[in-house]
Amino acid sequence: MFGGLFVGYFIYHNMYPQLFLEASTHLDWKMGAFNTGVLILSSWTMAMSIHFIQVGKSSKANLTLIITILCGLVFMVVKYFEYTHKIHEGLLPGRLFTYEQATQPLGLYFGFYFCMTGLHGTHVLIGMLLMVWLLIRNMRGDFSPHFYTPVEGVGIFWHIVDLIWIFLFPLLYLIG
Amino acid sequence: MAQNHGHSHAKASQDEWGEHHVVPATILNNVMWALIALTILTVVTAKFIHLGAMGPIVAFSIAAVKAYLVMAYFMGLKYDVKENRWIFSTGFIFLAVLFFFCAVDLATRITATSTL
Repeated sequence: MFGGLFVGYFIYHNMYPQLFLEASTHLDWKMGAFNTGVLILSSWTMAMSIHFIQVGKSSKANLTLIITILCGLVFMVVKYFEYTHKIHEGLLPGRLFTYEQATQPLGLYFGFYFCMTGLHGTHVLIGMLLMVWLLIRNMRGDFSPHFYTPVEGVGIFWHIVDLIWIFLFPLLYLIG
Repeated sequence: MAQNHGHSHAKASQDEWGEHHVVPATILNNVMWALIALTILTVVTAKFIHLGAMGPIVAFSIAAVKAYLVMAYFMGLKYDVKENRWIFSTGFIFLAVLFFFCAVDLATRITATSTL
C-alpha cells in the first residue's frame, strides 16, 4: 500500500516539481523531526519489551510497553495539531483545497500528504491497540522466555510502522 | 495450570525450531542512539547545508542506513536465518520493480513528450 503511494508521489513530484516545492513549505519540519525521534524511541522501547521478556524480566516489559504506547499517543497528538492547522488554513487534498495565498493548485500535494500520513497514522493507532492487548496478556503472565511470539509479532508490526515513517519524514518534510 | 500447559507445549515446539537469539540490551541502546544521530544528520544536511540535486539522494541514503539498523537489530534479522531475510527483502525488491518500471515510463513517455 505504502509502496504504491511512494511511487505515485515520486511520479507527480517529477511532473510538477514547483508545485511540490511550494506545498512542502507548509509543513513544519521541526514537528516532523520530533515525531521521528518519538517513533525511534518507541521502537527502542518495543525492542526492550521483547528483550525483557526473553531474559525473564516480564514486569519490566510492562513498563516499556506502556512507554511505547505513550510514544504512539504523543505521535498522534502532534499529528492532530498538524492536521487541525492545515484544515484551518484550507490546505486540504484535491478539490477541497481552499488556501488563498497559494500560487498553484496544491491540492495534488495535499492529497498525497493526507493519504500517506493518514494511512500511517491509522497503522500507529492499530499498533497501539495491539500493544494494549499485549500489555494485558503480559500482566496476566501469558509470556515467558519460552513463549513470547505475539510480542515479537506486534514488535515487527511496530518496527515496520517506524520504518515507513523513517522514509516518509524526509520525503514530505525535508525535500523541498 | 494453563501456564504449565502453554509452557510445555511451547517448549516442545521451541526445541524443534531452536532457541531465539537474544539481542543484548547494550546493542539495542547503541542502535537507538545511532538512529537519533542519523535523524539529526538528515535534518542538518537537508535544511542547513545546500546540496542541490544531491539533497534527496543524501536524505534517502541516510534513511536506508536507518532502515537497515531497524531491520537488522530491532527486528533481529541479523541474527535470524537467511531464509527470513530473503523473505523480508522480497517486499522491497518488488517495490523496486514497481519503481523502476514507473520511472522508465515517466522518462520515456511523459517527459519526452511533455504532456500529462
